[in-house]
Amino acid sequence: MEALANQLPIGLSIAAVLLLIALGLTFTFGQMGVINMAHGEFIMAGAYTAYLLQGWAGEQSFLLALPVAFAVAGLLGLLLEWALIRRFYGRPLDTLLLTWGVSLILQQLARDLFGAPNVQATAPGWLTGGIDLMGVRMPYNRLFILGLAVVCVVGVWWYLAKSPQGRRMRAVVQDRELAAYSGIATGRVDRFTFLLGSGLAGVAGVALTLVGPVGPGLGTFYIVDAFLVVVAGGLGQLRGAVIAAVALGMLNSFLEFWSDASLAKVLVFVVVIAFLQVRPQGMFVLRGRSLV
Amino acid sequence: MLEVSGVDVSHGRAQVLFGVDLSVPAGSLVCVMGRNGVGKTTLLDTVMGTLTPRAGSVVLDGEDITRLPTHLRVRRGMAYVPQGHAAFPQLTVWENLQVALEATTHRDRSAVDDSLDVFPALRSFLKRPAGFLSGGQRQQLAIARALITRPRLLLLDEPTEGVQPSVIDEIENAVERLHGEAGMTVLLVEQYLDFALRLADSFIVLDAGEVVHSGTSADLHDEGVRRMLSV
Ligand SMILES: Nc1ncnc2c1ncn2[C@@H]1O[C@H](COP(=O)(O)OP(=O)(O)OP(=O)(O)O)[C@@H](O)[C@H]1O
Ligand SMILES: [Mg+2]
Repeated sequence: MEALANQLPIGLSIAAVLLLIALGLTFTFGQMGVINMAHGEFIMAGAYTAYLLQGWAGEQSFLLALPVAFAVAGLLGLLLEWALIRRFYGRPLDTLLLTWGVSLILQQLARDLFGAPNVQATAPGWLTGGIDLMGVRMPYNRLFILGLAVVCVVGVWWYLAKSPQGRRMRAVVQDRELAAYSGIATGRVDRFTFLLGSGLAGVAGVALTLVGPVGPGLGTFYIVDAFLVVVAGGLGQLRGAVIAAVALGMLNSFLEFWSDASLAKVLVFVVVIAFLQVRPQGMFVLRGRSLV
Repeated sequence: MLEVSGVDVSHGRAQVLFGVDLSVPAGSLVCVMGRNGVGKTTLLDTVMGTLTPRAGSVVLDGEDITRLPTHLRVRRGMAYVPQGHAAFPQLTVWENLQVALEATTHRDRSAVDDSLDVFPALRSFLKRPAGFLSGGQRQQLAIARALITRPRLLLLDEPTEGVQPSVIDEIENAVERLHGEAGMTVLLVEQYLDFALRLADSFIVLDAGEVVHSGTSADLHDEGVRRMLSV
């Protein structure tokens, strides 16, 4: 029983990472109408950024890695939008293939730069250890990931709902032409949306270095689950995404406890498919493609 | 103020406009008329830059804006109320106005009040998502949104289409006031002949993507011109 309870922080921290990834995916989904297949590689970019920084500046560089990885992954996303994706708006299938191709190229690039084997970043000293909460061992690194996700979600919510830039972003997603007629520089907003969505993936990548190794396939491992969160939560619904991420994260870690990792993944997939049979529109009904 | 010369415009492979000329002098109200599907909306979209002509030019105050991005045309003083009661459905009425204000360079808050004074009924819906408004209410919002930028040239595409009579009156009065009292230049697409007759200084009639008649509103009484408009 105690061992089972110890799956709780693991499940919650997986949920937190999935949520960060899904949040970013939703941003770029609103823009393109399809999932950005290269999103996983922005996670990887964030993780390698943390690893490299550690090599240069030691393990106290961890906190610095968060904004730096946000910038690195964000700029990669911005570049992708500017160089390729903006030429394909309104052509979802082409966009899907295009981002898939970019994903493969980035993975190969990582293999060439860092080698195929996984590397390991060490967690900073102040994140080792943990506390006992009502008999459950809560490791600090998992708690930190949880906190990070909460901060990011609240920040993103506030940004979208309250700030002028967020308003502009929602306007462009809802009606691109009307946004232009209203005087909004839609191209600039598009680039910024990609910066933000991809940057969040980079932050998720840094979080992942706390709980596992970094490799070229890191993104691929999480992207499917994040995609399931987006679909099950109802596209573009913040509330739905939070619930779906927690459900999936917990399910994943408990199933992993009873079976093994790959069987758990299959079982989760089956559960989501079954859920979507009952509620094809996801947990919350989608009205247009809202972000909040 | 606005000179459109010889524009050819296509939707994909199908050419819709053939050498259309249009002149909108400063301070005038010009009306574009014609049956359904002759290319009126296409012409306004070209003036606003969402469609780019294959040939011909669009000139605003002596500056060639044929290839200028839409948002920069808005900065230069143009505003557009597209056909069909367009609003951002999941933004509240207030946010719909706010987002337009924030895109301007002047950021003059009084512009919001001035816009709402044109359609005071909107004040009671400020917190409601625009998607929940009726068509007529949304059309009032669309016009108010366009006025936020304090335009010098206002383009309206069938503003009274699908709107109940009392709101039609309100919209007509608003356009009349903006043009008559505030001296705003207006380019109006309107099928409703009485409205056009009362307000327009001049008009053009489109048929199958070509200008088949242009003149002053006095000509609209002409039998031949009326026939071109009948469906
Ligand atoms: N997005 C589009 N793609 C292809 N063809 C289009 C598109 N929009 C309009 N058309 C075609 O272009 C022609 C002109 O359309 P337009 O909307 O300009 O007409 P209109 O005069 O505004 O008509 P209405 O009075 O019904 O609003 C029509 O034949 C229409 O079928
Ligand atoms: Mg039309």
